Amino acid sequence: MKVSLKWLSDYVDIKLASKELAEKLTMAGLEVRAIETVGGTWDNVVIGEVIALNPHPNADRLKLATVDLGTEQVTTVCGAPNISLGQRVTFAHVGARLIDPHTGEVAVLKAAKIRGVISEGMVCSEKELGISENHEAILVLPPDAPIGVPLDAYLGDVVLDLDITPNRPDCLSVIGIAREIAALTGEALRVPEIHYEETEKSIDAFASVDIVDADLCSRYCAGLVAGIRIAPSPSWLQQRLNSCGMRPINNVVDITNYVMLEYGQPIHAFDYHKLKGRQIIVRRAGKGETIATLDGSKRTLNSDILVIADKGEAVAVAGIMGGLDSEVTESTDTILLESASFNQAAIRRGCSHLQFQSEASIRFDKGLNSELPLVPLKRATQLLLELAGGKAAKGVIDVYPGKPKAELISLTTREVKRLSGLKVNIDEILEVLKALGFECREGDSGSQILVSAPYWRSDIKCSADLVEEVVRIIGYDKVPMTRLGSPLPPQKSKLSIEARQSELKDKLRNILTGYGFQEILTYSLVSLGKLQKVSPELELRIPPLKVANPMTREQEYLRTSLRGGLLTTLAHNQKFEQAGVRLFEIGKVFLPQGKDLPEEKDMLCAVLSGARAELSWQADKEMVDFFDAKGVVENLLDQLGLKASFKNSDDEGLYLERRADVIVADGKVGTVGDVQPKVAQAFELSNTVCLMEIDLEKLLTKIAGIKEYRSIPRFPSVTRDIALAIDEQMSYRLVNEIIQSFPLVTKVSLFDLYRGEQITEGKKSFAIRIVYRSPSRTLTDEEVDQTQKQMLDRLDKELGAILRK
Amino acid sequence: MLEQLKGLRAQALEELNKVGNPRELELWRVRYLGKKSNLTQILRSLAALPLEERREVGAQANEIKKALESSLEEKGRLLQESILTSPRESQRVDITLPGRALPTGRLHPTTQILKEICDIFKNMGFQVIEGPDVEWDYYNFEALNIPQHHPARDMFATFWIDTGMGEKARLLRTHSSPMQIRLMEKERPPIRAIVPGRVYRYEATDATHESMFYQVEGLAVDKGITLADLKGTLFDFCRCLFGEERRVRFRCDYFPFVEPGVEVAISCLACNGTGCRLCGHSGWIEILGAGMVHPDVLTRVDINPKLYSGFAFGMGVERIAMLRYGIDDIRLFYSNDLRFLRQF
Repeated sequence: MKVSLKWLSDYVDIKLASKELAEKLTMAGLEVRAIETVGGTWDNVVIGEVIALNPHPNADRLKLATVDLGTEQVTTVCGAPNISLGQRVTFAHVGARLIDPHTGEVAVLKAAKIRGVISEGMVCSEKELGISENHEAILVLPPDAPIGVPLDAYLGDVVLDLDITPNRPDCLSVIGIAREIAALTGEALRVPEIHYEETEKSIDAFASVDIVDADLCSRYCAGLVAGIRIAPSPSWLQQRLNSCGMRPINNVVDITNYVMLEYGQPIHAFDYHKLKGRQIIVRRAGKGETIATLDGSKRTLNSDILVIADKGEAVAVAGIMGGLDSEVTESTDTILLESASFNQAAIRRGCSHLQFQSEASIRFDKGLNSELPLVPLKRATQLLLELAGGKAAKGVIDVYPGKPKAELISLTTREVKRLSGLKVNIDEILEVLKALGFECREGDSGSQILVSAPYWRSDIKCSADLVEEVVRIIGYDKVPMTRLGSPLPPQKSKLSIEARQSELKDKLRNILTGYGFQEILTYSLVSLGKLQKVSPELELRIPPLKVANPMTREQEYLRTSLRGGLLTTLAHNQKFEQAGVRLFEIGKVFLPQGKDLPEEKDMLCAVLSGARAELSWQADKEMVDFFDAKGVVENLLDQLGLKASFKNSDDEGLYLERRADVIVADGKVGTVGDVQPKVAQAFELSNTVCLMEIDLEKLLTKIAGIKEYRSIPRFPSVTRDIALAIDEQMSYRLVNEIIQSFPLVTKVSLFDLYRGEQITEGKKSFAIRIVYRSPSRTLTDEEVDQTQKQMLDRLDKELGAILRK
Repeated sequence: MLEQLKGLRAQALEELNKVGNPRELELWRVRYLGKKSNLTQILRSLAALPLEERREVGAQANEIKKALESSLEEKGRLLQESILTSPRESQRVDITLPGRALPTGRLHPTTQILKEICDIFKNMGFQVIEGPDVEWDYYNFEALNIPQHHPARDMFATFWIDTGMGEKARLLRTHSSPMQIRLMEKERPPIRAIVPGRVYRYEATDATHESMFYQVEGLAVDKGITLADLKGTLFDFCRCLFGEERRVRFRCDYFPFVEPGVEVAISCLACNGTGCRLCGHSGWIEILGAGMVHPDVLTRVDINPKLYSGFAFGMGVERIAMLRYGIDDIRLFYSNDLRFLRQF
C-alpha cells in the first residue's frame, strides 16, 4: 500500500520527519518498505501565470513570456510550442537546481543571454523538474494552482510504501493508516464530514437488491446518482491516485478508487441504464455461466463464485471485477453505486479460479467487516455530486442479512504483564485502546476493562490480540529483556532413539569428512527421469510421490534414493576438478505408504571417482576402484564398532562384476560397488564411479548403545607369514574364514596378492600375516606350529590351498 | 711408580682431548683403561709391592682409574651430543617441496551453520528434535490458525502432493512450525525444543529465493513465559551468533499462530546500521519471525492458555549463512559446486 503524506495530513497532523514516522510505523507492525520523495529539490521554483507572450526579436521559434509570480513579474525566453496566455506554469529563478535535459545531470540555473535577450530564470518542462522524461513541452499546472507558491509546497510530497500484513485490511486505506499514526503520535484523527443533498425521489423507485446467497454476501448497500457528466477528474484527485500507484481513468471510476483508498472499502459503479430490470441480484454463478469482464476477456464461472446479476445475467464478478456490459462509459449519465460485504473465502476461490486479483479483491479476501460499507458509499455519493455533477436519489438501499455480533473481551493489567512482561497501568491501556477506536468499559475491578473492538478491526478476537495492541503502540522496545526462568523439561537420555539417530548422523559426517569426502545437500524433489536413470533395469516398484504443482519437471517427485543427486553433482564437478572427487549426502528418502504420509528414511550415500590422491610429486597416481569404496565402508563401520561382511548383491544400479551387499550381524545395512556403466553414461560421468549406500535406520539397530571395554592383552603375540597358492575362483573370504576359525588367531592381514610366472596358471597366491595370541599365557613355538599345521591341513583339504615354500 | 702414574694421568687426559669420534674414544679406552693398559697392569702388580707402597700406589692408581673413567664418560656424552647437533648434509631436503596431502572433506555450509545455531540453543536447555518434510494440511496450516481460504495462506506458497479424490491433503511443509503442534500433542509443559529441517516453497528461484531451504523452529511453553523472555532469549542468540557488538531490534509483525507477533532484526553486518545496499538502506536485517504462541493453538493441543504461555520462533538457515559469509546468491547452496562448497 502506497500512501501520500499530503493525503494523510487531511486526517491527522504529522509533526514527525518522514523517516521517524516510517520508523514508528515499522516498529508498530506497519512495515515501511520505502520512502519515496516527490519533489523536495525544487528550491527557487514557484508557480506563476503567463500574462504576456511576445515574439523574440531575433528568433522565429522563441518567444518572450511574461510570467506573474504574485510579487513580481518577470520576462523570460521560452521555446516550448505549448506555452499560451493564462497558463499556470512553473518558473525557476536563477539559482534553482534543475536537471539539464541534455546530460541528465543536476545543474544550477544561471542567467543567460539567448539570441541577444537576457533571460533571468525559465519556465520548466517536466524533465527539467525531474517529474518525467517529457521535454517537448512545459509543465502546465491546473488553473487553480496558487500563484507565487513554491512548487515544493504545491506538488512536493512524500509517499510511504507500506507492507500491510494480511490481518490488517483496515490499513489498506489512508484513514486506517492515519488512525495508526494518530495513536502512535498522540494526535487526533479527523475523518471526512459527509453531507450532500438528495432529491425527493427515493432510490427504491429506481432499483431493488436481492441477496440470494446470504452466506456469501452479508450486506449490500447501493446508491444512485443521476445526471452526471463523465469527464477527467480534477488534478488533485488524479495526483492522489497517482501517488498511490493507481492510474486515473475518469471522474466516476476515479472517485470509486479514491474512496476505496480512503476507507479500504471497494466501491463499484454500474451504468444504471445497462442493468436489465433495474434489479441487482447477488447469487452464486451457475455452472459454466460466462461473463465478459472489464479487461475484455470472457470468463467461465462456477457455483463457488459469487456474481452480481441483473434480471438477465451476471454483470460483475462480486468483489473481483466488473462486467463489460455494465461498464461506465463516456455516455453514462446515471450511476448505481455498490458498496457491499462479500465472503472472504468466496473471493479467494473466485480469484484462484479466475487467476486474477484486483485492488478490490485483495481487500475483500482479507475479510472486511459488514459494518464498513455504508459510510464509504455516502462518501462516494458526495464526491460524485461535487465532481461529476448529478443528483442523488433519496436514501440508500441497505440489505443487511449478516449483521455481526459485537463481542466483549476482558483485559486486565495482569494479563498484559503475564504475556508481555511489560508492566502497565489501566490508564495507559485505556489511552492506547481508545486512540485506536476501541470502546472500553470498566470491569469488575480497577485493573480490568471490557473492550469491544471497532468494526474495522476484525482481527481482534481475544485478550492476546489486545495485549499486542497495547504493547505495539507503547513500543516493543519498552518490553524488558529477561532470560527464561522456567524449569527445564526432563532431559532426554543419550540412549533414546532420537538422540542416537542424530548422534549417528553427526558421527558419520565427521568420519566421512575425515576420509576426504565433501558433504553435499541436494534437492528432495527430483525428476522421474533421474530416479529411473539410477536403476535403468529396475521398474520403480512403488511409484514415488508426485507433487501436484511442480515448479519444473526437474523437481517433480520426492526422491526415493539419494543416488541421483550425488551422481548429478559428481558429473557437474568432474568438469572442473582435475583431482578425484569424493562426495556424500546424509538425507531423507521418501517411500510412499498409500494415502498416509510417506516413510521418511535417513540414508547415507557416498560416491568417489578419479585419482585416489591429489596430484603430487610423490603420491600414488592410481584411480579409485571398488576396494576404495569397500575400504571406506569397512573403516567407517569399524569406527562405529561394527564388523562388516560382504555378499554378492543384486543391486542393478551397480556393476554386476563389482558390487556387494554390506552385511552386519547377518543383516543387510547397505550396498557398495562400482556404478553400472550404463548408469554412469546416463549421468554423463567420466572415469569409474564407486558408490556406497547405507540405511541409517538399519545401521542403528546394529550399533550397541555403549561400547564394552576389553582388557589390554597381557601376553605377547607370535607373528607368522604364510603364502598360499589357491585356485583363481576361490574367494579370499573362504581362506579368511578358515584362518579366523582358530581361537588363537587374533589378526589376519592379507599383504600380497600375486598372479604370474612364479605360480601355476589358473592359481593365485595370497601372502598372509597371522598374529597368534592367547589371553591366558605366553604361546610357545610348538603350540603355534601345531595350530598352523592344522590350519594348513584344513586349507588344503577344504580349499585346495597349498603352502608355498 | 708414583711418577709413572702421574705421567700416565697427564698423558691420558691430553690424548682424550684430541679424541674426535666414538671410534677413537674406544681406542683410547682400550689403551688407558683396557685389560692390557698400563694402569690395569699397575693395579694387578700391587700385590707384589710392600704394604706401605702398596697402599700409597694403590690409592693413587684407583683414583686415576676413577678420574679417567669419569672423563671417558663425560667425553662420550659430549661426542654423542655433538653428533646429534652436527649438521648432516645428506639429510637435507628442499623444504619448499609440497607436503604429502591428506584427504580433506568439509561439511556443507548449511550443516555448519545449523550446528552453530543448534549448539547455542542446546546451551540454553533446548532439545533438538526433527519432524517430517511431508505433512498433513492440518499440521502445516489448520492447527496453526490458518484454515482453508485464510489470507495468510498467501504467505506460504505450497507444493501439494498429488492426491486422489477424497484423500486427505498432503503437502511439503512450508515452514518448520508444524512440529510445534506435533510436539505439544505429545509433551506437556515445560517444553523447550528446537526443530531444524527442510522446508519448501512453491516459488520461482532467484538470488534470494529457493524452493527448498532450511529452517530452525523454536518453542518454549510453561507457566509465566513472556514476550520479555522471548526478547532476552533471541537477543542472547543473535549476539552469540553474530557478535557482541550487534544491536537487535524487535518489532511488531504478524504470523497467524502467534500473538503478539514479532520480527527480529539485527543491525546490518555490512554497514553496522548506517544503511547500505545489503540492508535496503534501513540499517537493519530481518533474520527471525517470532511471537507468543497463540491461545487458540494452545487450546487445540489441550494446554490451557489461561495458565500456560509460550513463545515460538523460526529462522531461515541459509539467510543466516549468507549474512555470515557474504554469499549473495542462495542458489549456490544446493547447486553443490565444489568451488563454492570448499570455501567453508
